[in-house]
Amino acid sequence: MKTSSGIENLISYGPVPGDGAGPPAPERVLFPPTFSVSEIKNKQRRHFMFLRWKQQQRKEKLALKKKRRKEREALGDKAPPKAVPKTIENQRVYDETTVDPNDEEVAFDEATDEFAPYFNRQTVPKILITTSDRPRGRTVRFCEQLATVIPNSHVYYRRGLALKRIIPQCIARDFTDLIVINEDRKIPNGLVLSHLPDGPTAHFRMSSVRLRKEIKRKGKEPTEHVPEVILNNFTTRLGHSIGRMFAALFPHNPQFIGRQVATFHNQRDYIFFRFHRYIFKSEKKVGIQELGPRFTLKLRSLQKGTFDSKFGEYEWIHKRREMDRSRRKFHL
Amino acid sequence: MLWGLLVGSLDRSVSVFSTEKGKFTGERLCPGGDGAFCGLGVSIVTAVESGLVRVWGDFGVTPPQFQPLQELQAGPGLCRMRQDPTRPHLVGTGGKENGLKVWDLQRPQEPLFRAKNVRNDWLDLRVPVWERDLQFLPGSQRVVTCTGHGQVRLYDPSTPQRRPVLDAAVGEAPLTALALIPGDTSVVVGSARGDVAVIDLRKGRVLRALKGFAGGVRGLQCHPRLPLVASVGLDRFLRVHQLRDGRLRDKVYLKSRLTCVLLSTHLDWEEPPPQKEVKDEEGDELWDALESVPTPRKAKKRKISGV
Repeated sequence: MKTSSGIENLISYGPVPGDGAGPPAPERVLFPPTFSVSEIKNKQRRHFMFLRWKQQQRKEKLALKKKRRKEREALGDKAPPKAVPKTIENQRVYDETTVDPNDEEVAFDEATDEFAPYFNRQTVPKILITTSDRPRGRTVRFCEQLATVIPNSHVYYRRGLALKRIIPQCIARDFTDLIVINEDRKIPNGLVLSHLPDGPTAHFRMSSVRLRKEIKRKGKEPTEHVPEVILNNFTTRLGHSIGRMFAALFPHNPQFIGRQVATFHNQRDYIFFRFHRYIFKSEKKVGIQELGPRFTLKLRSLQKGTFDSKFGEYEWIHKRREMDRSRRKFHL
Repeated sequence: MLWGLLVGSLDRSVSVFSTEKGKFTGERLCPGGDGAFCGLGVSIVTAVESGLVRVWGDFGVTPPQFQPLQELQAGPGLCRMRQDPTRPHLVGTGGKENGLKVWDLQRPQEPLFRAKNVRNDWLDLRVPVWERDLQFLPGSQRVVTCTGHGQVRLYDPSTPQRRPVLDAAVGEAPLTALALIPGDTSVVVGSARGDVAVIDLRKGRVLRALKGFAGGVRGLQCHPRLPLVASVGLDRFLRVHQLRDGRLRDKVYLKSRLTCVLLSTHLDWEEPPPQKEVKDEEGDELWDALESVPTPRKAKKRKISGV
């Protein structure tokens, strides 16, 4: 390449041979002190220099790794343990609202909150699933599949009715939860989950919705058995409340014969819903088949009381500017 | 004579918590009317959501003779009743479709001041009324209220004008808490969405917004001498902000959904309370009391923060 030939002449990798008496040249580079590769105006030459620099960095890194591995082998048993790589979950900022399982105040709070009748087995969950007005095919099919996943749920077509009018009627007919799937441009993108007698309302943004036919290697249709529920990683107080909301959708006694399990997995404030059928092939090996729809939820707000967007009081609202300042701080 | 904090619960019992002894010292059931308490006052005045305001005597009297000394009907849908701290015989009431009324407890038939609704809006529609919280401004007869439609209103009973002297719109969310800033020209209001703003009462402008709230604000209180405001809300945190620059100074996680905060007038906890306060027990019952929230709970815990 005829590029940067002038600059190559400037780089020296050691003292000039035969020049023992003069001042020792700098080890690496004879650039003027403030020169950097980005100051070369010519893009081709700059790119070339950058590639050279990158190769050099890679070589150094490999050499360092090799050295470290040799040292580790040489030390054998006395080698220091391997450092754990930093991940965002490792580096998560400690949330002071993390629930301690032995906390009495939290236990009292939960014994007297809106879900207490469910957890005391006084009510049986009965869910109403509906959508925003005039849903398109994908949303309708999603609602039907969701109704097969959640036992004792009923899908109703929303005929442009106001939610505030639907809610008293649901309460009169003994429904315990209301799910509204919001649709935008023919795909479902939001979920409002409201616990009915006077319970909290959670508003989620829904993404990555996959219907049953879009799931690869899926099993057969889910059966009518009551599934087990897994709630993963809801550690903070807010996460606890949301976890309880999800748990209150399913009846208490799962039918293990059905071998079906619904999982709500929270990671980095995103809640992943999956529905599987499992089979124990041996003591330690389990095979799972994914059935049912899958979707991802992100909590936007938790409102105390039933759905009331105008005059409701919020227990938690996601305020992007204030809460999303740190990449390592999560709220659920 | 008891002095301390009055705590009202959902089961309609009012208890007194003595701050010296650190425990509840008296409890009485105050029945009558429907709904939860929306206001408590000294020499035990109670108000409930159905509009019944009753004056009970002190707690020294045993239950069979514990009858209301006076009662008045303030109208249904009551949201708040407050007693004027400088003139304990005056109470103000306000609620949903129930405008501000200032009553003299000695004359329960007619309010001293009944507020009139503002003029129809630009579409010639009646502006709905929903007074959520009110405060008496010290040093004058004026009353400032905040509404569930996001307005802050200032009424002056000493003028013949029954409409609000100032009507300022602050956002769209319902304003659920109001606190006076010592100095008499501004107030702090908190909304159901967690937007807390400092409003100037002379012009009705927003001076400063306080940030950091994740949920609705239920209780606000300003410190009498330092420029600090303490706030509690449904997101289970107590926050202390500086009023001058709006910076959050402190944040404490308290595990329940909080409804009220009070600041102690004892500024220096090391000093014993001055002697004349102990003797002057009548005047010291200036503690505001706590209201209960219509959630399925039995008793409230309220937190005192001494700054």
